[in-house]
This record gives sequence, structure tokens and C-alpha cells, in this order.
Amino acid sequence: MSTLSSSTNRSSINQPSSINRTPVNRLSLRRVSRLSRAEFTLFWRNKTALVNALVLPAVMVGAYAFYARDNEMLTGNTSISVYILTGTVVFVLLLVVYYNLVTAYVARREELMLKRLRTGEARDGEILAAGAMPAVVVALAQVAVAVGLGAWLLGLPVPVNVVLLLVGLVGGIVLFVLLAAVSTAFTRNVEFAQISTLPVLMVCAFGSGALLPLSALPDAVAQVLRFIPLAPVVELLQLGWVGGPDGVGFVEAFVPARKPVAILVGWIVLGWMALRRWFRWEPRRS
Amino acid sequence: MTQVAVPAPRSSNVIELHDVTRRYGSFEAVRGVSFTVAKGELFALLGTNGAGKTSTVEVVEGLSRPSSGQVRVLGHDPFTERAVVRPRIGIMLQEAGFAGDLTVAETMRMWAGTTSRPRPVADVMAAVALEHKASVQVKQLSGGERRRLDLALALLGSPEVLFLDEPTTGLDPESRRNTWRLIRGMLAEGATVLLTTHYLEEAEELADRLAIMHAGRVVASGTVAEVVAAHPARITFQLPAGVAPEALPALPGALSVHCDRTNGAVEIRTNALQESLAALLGWANPAGLVLPRLQARSASLEEAFLSVADGDVSLADPRIEKVSA
Repeated sequence: MSTLSSSTNRSSINQPSSINRTPVNRLSLRRVSRLSRAEFTLFWRNKTALVNALVLPAVMVGAYAFYARDNEMLTGNTSISVYILTGTVVFVLLLVVYYNLVTAYVARREELMLKRLRTGEARDGEILAAGAMPAVVVALAQVAVAVGLGAWLLGLPVPVNVVLLLVGLVGGIVLFVLLAAVSTAFTRNVEFAQISTLPVLMVCAFGSGALLPLSALPDAVAQVLRFIPLAPVVELLQLGWVGGPDGVGFVEAFVPARKPVAILVGWIVLGWMALRRWFRWEPRRS
Repeated sequence: MTQVAVPAPRSSNVIELHDVTRRYGSFEAVRGVSFTVAKGELFALLGTNGAGKTSTVEVVEGLSRPSSGQVRVLGHDPFTERAVVRPRIGIMLQEAGFAGDLTVAETMRMWAGTTSRPRPVADVMAAVALEHKASVQVKQLSGGERRRLDLALALLGSPEVLFLDEPTTGLDPESRRNTWRLIRGMLAEGATVLLTTHYLEEAEELADRLAIMHAGRVVASGTVAEVVAAHPARITFQLPAGVAPEALPALPGALSVHCDRTNGAVEIRTNALQESLAALLGWANPAGLVLPRLQARSASLEEAFLSVADGDVSLADPRIEKVSA
């Protein structure tokens, strides 16, 4: 060990004038990008996260694709191919974004990394955004691959309304990042995430209308299920792609989109409030 | 009110606490703590476990809001004006973690990426003697190496104010000396340091001023000399064979004289060590008495601390049998 050099860099730093010229730090993209670089490194070194995020969805997409290609009845029906694609998005949102992030946030909290990051200059939102970055980038890449494969193998139609498609996708990602952060409040450790994530995973997987069309369910049940977090995302994706069950055009698609957009925004606001209320930056002291 | 925009007089105090309290539910961990730390000063906060040191420091660092009272760091509220204060301070928590899968260099580069004015990563890594561990994953570091990495991150942002919560716990003696040297180097460059420690010699070595906390309050504060001055010096010896305790002379400045009748051990507490000792020797020498195992020593910080830890804040100690005064 030696003492820190007191050469030029030091003297320029500790000039008295720096006391008056206080750098007020606003939201900083530089900090988010530097923190996410570390998060990407950690993601690549975490074999479990890699398998959950990369291999599982790929297997799913492949299975869907072969299943669809071997069934001319399915490939001939555009609405079925759109169901398959939205099912893939659902799978990616739930596994890659939600489940993966619950474990990542809990791991950072339990190893006291979040506590350390909060002693620095990074703001709370920057820390959480950087933590979410690998999951979000991987999710977007997978959706892009799924769309490409879908277009190639399933003959996906050209989307009716790309705006609604993107609102659904981006809103879904934001919502499930928030839900993941909120879920850490009742997740004691990384292992427990396998159990604590089940309620959201199960309700969303089977109730969102992605794997099972809501129209196939009794009306009363379908009306209730429209309000679960993932349902408006699926509805917007299907509206944006084929104009929903009625196959409406670009302009007309905005009218039925109002309700799912309102529900999605409502969930994001609720998620944000829950985050502020319950998120913990340190392990609970027993 | 005709005054317009007169800037408040800039206090030379970098840290100011006024009557700060902190409650967890019904438990009051900090009960009205006030102190100030001037620019360039090292202020040490001592106390037993659970005395409220870390709870106090967390409030000064802006990690928590005080339940009541006022805190100012560099003239700002560290909690509500976190964005203004953080770029100018460095925090080494008693317990903060790392991502075990990142290497030392990756961890430092990540931290540098979040600071406004980072020093060169290589310089800081060399300063804490971790350059040979640059590409080692943090999970493979020893406890002492992790503690040095902790310190490196706190130093990385060229802080004007440094918060060090037990910085040398778990370090070997050599690393501890080196950490002390780094801290002195920061002080020499004009930084202000708030240090908590369990090691009293660390406080004696480094602190300009210190406060001892007990049960959420500051019970003693000042320079090491001032804090120690409130505690008596001690003279101890064996009573020579054939001399009765009652034969001991009255000693000027002595607060108490205690004699254990079973083994003849005498302990004198005094506020005037030199006068008491002179009087004692002035009694023993002419009589040709040898006082076996004679020792005379001023109070140390350790004695001051232990008397606080025992709850013995006043000097009246009922356990001392006063045979004369």
C-alpha cells in the first residue's frame, strides 16, 4: 500500500472553489449505462439466469414453430399464429423479465449490493433501471427473434397498428419490471423466489388470454380476467397485430384499445405506488 | 425586512448535528445527539455495541431521516438534498456487500462510473494494495481484502467528507497501519473524516476530537486529552510487609485509596498524579520503605471508555473502600 498520489489530479480536485460549484446530479444516463454494464457481466456469469432467460424461451418458440408448421390447419389461420406469438411474448415477460428480475433484485439485496449502491451518487431509480437492463434487452431481442421466426415459419400478417403493438410491449415490460421489484418485498431469498413468484406467474399465464382465448371462457370470468396485469398487454398485442377479434383497421383499432391502455396504465401506477411503499434495499434483520 | 439575498455566513463546520433523535418503533436508538466536525478534522465516534453509533452515522450520511433534530453536511440536509451532498462525500459502511461474481477491477470501474469525479482506478487500487488482485473475483477475496476494497470505493470519488464505519475491523496489524496512513493522507489533503471504531488506539492515533456514546447519548466529548482528563490517574503498589494500610499518608489530589487486605494491593486514584506520587515517595523513601511493583500512570482513553461502558459516568464509585482521602 502506498498513499494516494497527491499529484496534479488531486490538487485540481480539492480546490476550495469546488465547494461553491456543487455539481447537482440529475438523472444520469452515464450512471445507468455503467451500472448496467456490470449487471450484464453478472448476467453472463450466472448460469441459472442464462438458462432461464435464453434457453427456455428458445425451446418454447421452437416447439411452437414446429407444432404450427406441422399443422396446416394452424398455419392457415392467422389468428392462431398471432395467439402463438402473443403467447411467446407472455412467456418472455413472465420468465425473462419477471421471474429473472425477482431473483436478480433479491440477490443484489441479500448480498448487500443494493445497500452499497445507495451510498453512492446513483439515484434509486437508476439503480433499479440498471438492474433491469439485461432482462429488458434480452426480452426485446427475443421478441424480435420470435417475430422474425413467426413471419418466416407461420406467415404472420403485417401488423394493423404498430403503435398499439409497441404500447403493449413497452408497457408490459415496464409493468413486469415494477411487479418484479414489488415481489422482492415478500421474497426472503433467491431460493424462495421459486415460490413467491408463483401467484403472478400462474394467474398471468392462464388468465391473460394468451394461451387460452378469453372468449372461450364464461362471460363473467372473462370480464374479471381482463383486469389481471397481463391481459391488457395481450389484448393490445392482438389488437395491434390483427385488429382484435373483429379485425378492425389502423384507426378503428384505437377505439377498443382505450380500455386495455387504461387498465395497463392503472397497473403501472399501482405498481409504482407499491414499489415506493414496500421495496426494501436491505435484507430484513431477523 | 429590507435585506436582500444576503448569503448565510458559511460555517467552517462541515458536519453539524443538533439534537438528533432516531426511533425504531418505540425504541429510541439515538436520544438527542449534537456535535460538530470542522473542516479538515477527524472526529471519532466511540461507544459500546448498540450505543447508537451506526444509527447516528446513517443519519449524517443521509441514508435515513432523523426522527427529530437537524443534520447538516457541507451546509445541506444530507437526506433531502442527497443529490447535492453525495458527489462530495465517500461512505464506507460497516457492512455493505459486493457482487461476488465481479472482479476487483470490474467492481471499481462500475463504482467509478457512478461518481462525478473519480480518481484513476489504478491509483486507488494501488493505494489499498489490491492491484495484484485486479482480475480476481470478489467472492475469492479474504475478509481483509474485501475491507480494503470497501475503503477503495469510498476513496474513489475524491470525497471532501469521508465516513468510515469501523474501517479496520478484520484487518491484520499491517493493513491497519496502512489504512491509517491512507486516512492521514486524506486529512492532509483537506478532507474531513467521521470515524467510528471499536479500537481505542485507533481513535487515540487519528482523532482530533471524539465523542463517546452510550445508550443513544453522547456522554463524553472533546480531544483525547480532554476526555481522559475527566478520569483520574492511578498509582498501584504492594503494601510493604509490616505496614498497616492506616499508616499510609494523606496524599494531595488523591480521590481514593483502596487497599485489598487479603493481598496488600493498594490502588490510589488521583487527579494530581505528580503531587500524589511525590507525597507517597516522600513518605516511603525517608522511612527506607520499598514499594514492590510500584506503577503510576495517567488515565488512558481505554479507562475513560470502560468507565462509560460500565455506566460509571460519574467518578463516585461505591466499590472503592475509602480508608483515607
